[in-house]
Amino acid sequence: MGSVTVNAQGEIVTTTVSSGYSRSLLTDIGREVLVIFREAKQAQLPLAEISINFASLRVTARELRGGAIIFLLPQSSLMPSLKK
Amino acid sequence: MAAQHKILIVDDDADWLDVCREMLSHLPTKPEIRTAGAGARAISMLDSQPFRLLICDLKMPKMDGLQVLSIVKRRFPDLRTVVLTALEDEEFRSRAYSLGVDLFWLKPDMQQNTKMFLDCVESLLGSEKNSGFRGIQSKSLMDIIQLECMSRNSTMLRITRGPLVAKIWIQDGELLDAEVGNVRGEAAFHKILAWKSGTFENLPAEPLRERTIQRSINALLLETAQSIDETTEPAQTEFIERADHRKTVWRLALLAAEGAEFVITVPPEGQGKSEAWGTPNAEQFAIWTRRAGEAIKRLSDRIEAGPLAFIAGGSMERRLIMLIREQKTFLVAWPTEIAEGELLEKTKKLVASWDS
Repeated sequence: MGSVTVNAQGEIVTTTVSSGYSRSLLTDIGREVLVIFREAKQAQLPLAEISINFASLRVTARELRGGAIIFLLPQSSLMPSLKK
Repeated sequence: MAAQHKILIVDDDADWLDVCREMLSHLPTKPEIRTAGAGARAISMLDSQPFRLLICDLKMPKMDGLQVLSIVKRRFPDLRTVVLTALEDEEFRSRAYSLGVDLFWLKPDMQQNTKMFLDCVESLLGSEKNSGFRGIQSKSLMDIIQLECMSRNSTMLRITRGPLVAKIWIQDGELLDAEVGNVRGEAAFHKILAWKSGTFENLPAEPLRERTIQRSINALLLETAQSIDETTEPAQTEFIERADHRKTVWRLALLAAEGAEFVITVPPEGQGKSEAWGTPNAEQFAIWTRRAGEAIKRLSDRIEAGPLAFIAGGSMERRLIMLIREQKTFLVAWPTEIAEGELLEKTKKLVASWDS
């Protein structure tokens, strides 16, 4: 688990994810996240953050100047987000 | 070989500056770290040499962090900015984001999640320059003014649209005055809100400004929104069956009772039409809901992490929860005042009641 940062073109800029996740997989994750952010912006529903909750994994992403920083966390982890 | 980036940290606490400097020395790209103990000093340093990233405290004497960020936004628009503060107040967070900051971190969170903070900083250092407006470009002016008023802020908004400059004075969440060209008061307010794009900045409040606007912000925004709807959308008449009408009224009442902002329901492709309650942007939001669902489905197939539970999204304006059910996908929007921990349960409750 860890984080991966993608630029606006979907290219991986940095990653701290272990080798258990292939670069190809991380690129695919980055691409889908960027699609979600861009489509939201086009729909006049801009998002700063999104969290996709699967049974065993949470994918949390924060929009970052057209790119995104994406955190892959097991479901039991806590992390700061848009909280009061 | 990539040039070494420079980071400037500004905080009036010298010990905290030492802590930050030590922590940031662990960044993989080994940027040069400089510090400033006051806002004015930081601006002077930014003037004299190129920095990549500014990490700024909010509560500082003489020139506070918001004033520093306001100056930075105007004079150094390419500088990445991070707020690092102990002030756990949503009002400061929204004001900082309205000034276009890239990240907002609380000091205790940073100390507990140092690695994550360093990942964020490293990402900002490495992120490419992006053209266009920063921060709140995608918000409408109406949203920005509502945010300021709901937060009970006192400020003067200076709005620029090409050569045009307008000002709106807000004191303790109430509108005082508005001015554009030779026009003042409510007439100026309506004129300004008709602008579809522009940039804005928060300037210090002017509490002694003469009050020319007497009506409440909600009344003015509603009137403006209605006049915009009437000029942009043709009037429509509908014949609604009694049962459908009752269902619509019931669902709107449920929406209001639960405190949700809007609900969009999207059936699977080719199995009916999307529906919306509480928002005029039904089609756009429904399209996004469908496309986001498709992207998530592709992601789900790829990463094989078990069934999808839910999707949560957020911005300064609202929180979203998306629940994908067999018959339809629900997208529910909530105001930001509702605690994040309650959102999923409230959404499930609303969805469960929706078709009952």
